[in-house]
Amino acid sequence: MAEILLSLVALSCLGAGLAFLLEVADSYLGFYGECHIDINNGEKELTVQGGGSLLSTLMEQGIFIPSACGGRGSCGYCKVKVHEGGGPLLPTETPWLGPEEVEAEVRISCQIKVREDMDIEIPAELFLIKEFRSRVEGLRDLTDEMKELHLRLTEPDVITFKAGQYIQFQVPEYEQCPESVYRAYSIASPSHEPSGITLVVTRVPGGLATTYIHDILKEGDEVVFNGPYGDFYLRDSSREIFLVATGSGLAPIMSILHQIAREGVSRKTTLIFGARHKKDLFYLEEMEALKQEIPGLEVIFTLSRPEEDDRWEGERGRVTNVLEKIIKDGANKEAYLCGNPAMVESCVELLTKKGIPREFIFYDKFG
Amino acid sequence: MTLGLSAFVIFFAAIFTNNILLTNFLGMCSFLAISREVKSSLGLGLAVIFVMTCTSALNYLVYYGLLVPLGLEHFRFIVFIIVIAAFVQLVEMVIERTSPVLYVILGIFLPLITVNCAILGVALFMIIRNYTFLQSVAYGAGGGIGWTLAIVAMGGIRQRLRGAPVPKPLEGPGITLIIAGLMALAFIGFTGMIQIQ
Repeated sequence: MAEILLSLVALSCLGAGLAFLLEVADSYLGFYGECHIDINNGEKELTVQGGGSLLSTLMEQGIFIPSACGGRGSCGYCKVKVHEGGGPLLPTETPWLGPEEVEAEVRISCQIKVREDMDIEIPAELFLIKEFRSRVEGLRDLTDEMKELHLRLTEPDVITFKAGQYIQFQVPEYEQCPESVYRAYSIASPSHEPSGITLVVTRVPGGLATTYIHDILKEGDEVVFNGPYGDFYLRDSSREIFLVATGSGLAPIMSILHQIAREGVSRKTTLIFGARHKKDLFYLEEMEALKQEIPGLEVIFTLSRPEEDDRWEGERGRVTNVLEKIIKDGANKEAYLCGNPAMVESCVELLTKKGIPREFIFYDKFG
Repeated sequence: MTLGLSAFVIFFAAIFTNNILLTNFLGMCSFLAISREVKSSLGLGLAVIFVMTCTSALNYLVYYGLLVPLGLEHFRFIVFIIVIAAFVQLVEMVIERTSPVLYVILGIFLPLITVNCAILGVALFMIIRNYTFLQSVAYGAGGGIGWTLAIVAMGGIRQRLRGAPVPKPLEGPGITLIIAGLMALAFIGFTGMIQIQ
C-alpha cells in the first residue's frame, strides 16, 4: 500500500515539477512585453503585446492585411514592408518573395512575430479595410455541395467594394474548431447594393469554415468578417471580355456581370462556366436575367463529366477545351479567371499561347 | 565487463557497429516518414542528436538520483517519456526565442522527436547495460549520430531512387523497407567487432 502511495506521489510530483518548470520557462521565454509598431513613418503608432504574429497583431488593432489562407503561410498575400524589427528572413517566407521584394524589405506578415519595436510600411488603402458585423439573412442550397449565404450588415451598415473582390469570413470557435480562424470568400452580390453581401460556399469535407457554414450557421446568426480585399476586378478598356469560372469561382464573376449590366458596358462579353455534372450548375435564372440586360453577353456551359440522365446537349470537356475552340487569336481580348488553381494555371497557359498578354489575364485562385 | 569499456569506444560503437536504427530497429517510424530527401533527414537527425545526448544525461540523473533511491525503477518507462517530452518542449521554447530561423527549420521535427522510440531506447539501454554517467552520454551522442547517419543515407538513396524503375507494387514504403533491410544487413556485419551489449 505504502509503495503504491509513494509511487503515485513521486510520479505526480515529478510531472507537476516538470510542468511547473515549463510554465516558468514559458512565462520567461514567451514574454516579449509591450512593443511599439510604427506604421508608414509615424502615420499611426500602435502599442501592442509582443509574442503574436505581425498579421494577427495588426488585425487585433483593426488593421487588416489581405490574406487568403488565414495565416498558415500558404498564400503569400499578406506582404508588408518591415524596415526594422522583423528579424532574419525565414525559410517559410522565401518561396513568396522575389529578389526585388527581399531588397525592398518586404516580409510575409503571418510568419514573423512581434518581438521588439517595429517600423513597418503598408499601402494606405489598407486603412480603409474594416471589420463588419452582420446577420445571416438568407441561406439556401444552390447545389448539393454549395450554399449561398446572404449577410445583412449591421455595424458599419454599408460596404464599399469593387465587384470581384473578396472578404475574410471569421469562423468562430466551435466543436471541431478550437480557435477562431479566417477564410476568404468572394462577394457574389452587386457592388451597387452596399447594405449586404452574398457569398457562395462549397462544402469541403472536414473544412473548418465550410462545415460551420453548411452545418451550424442558421438565419439570424451573427457573422463577423473583414474586407474588402483583392485586385480581381474589371479593368476599364475596350477589349473583348472573357470570364471563366468553375465551381464557386462563379461568385466574383457574377458580381462583375452585375457591374457590366448596371454600367451598360458595351464590350463583347463571353462567360464560360464549367462544372462536372449538370446538377453542379447554379445561378441559371440569374444568368438568364443578366443575358436580357447585357446585349453583348454570351454564356457557355461546359460539363466535364455529364451523366446519362443529364441528356446534356451543350459543350463537353473542361473550360480549356471551350477556350481552345472559341478563341482564334489573342488580339484585343482580356480574360478574368476564377476557380481552382489547376484550372487557372492551365487557362493562363492556354491563353498566353493564344497570344493574350499576361498583363491582360486576371485571376483569383480558390485553394 | 561493461565498466571496462571506455566512453570513447561506446561512442563509436553506437555510431557504426551497434547503430540503434539498423541493428536495434528503433526509431523506424520517423526513419521511414522523413527520409524522402537529404535536407529534411539532416534537419531531423541534428535535432535527434541534440535531444538524445541531453536526455540520456538527464534521464541518467533522474534514474539514479530519484527512481533508484525511492525504489521506483519499474516506473522508468513512463518517467523517461515524461522527461523527454518536457525537455523537447523546453528546447522548442528556447529555440523559438533565440533563433527564429532554426525554429522554422526544426519546427515540425521537434514534436516528432518526443515519440521517437530510439530516444527512449537509448535511455533504457543505458540502464540495462549499467553504463556510468560518462558512458551514457557518449552512448546517447553516438546513438544520435548513428541514427542521423542512417537516415541521411536513406534520404540520399531515396532521392536517387526517384528516377529508378521501381515495380509498381513496391513503390513508397515497400521499396523503403527493402532498402532499410539491405542497409541493416550491411551494418549487422559489423556487430561482432565490439561487444557493448
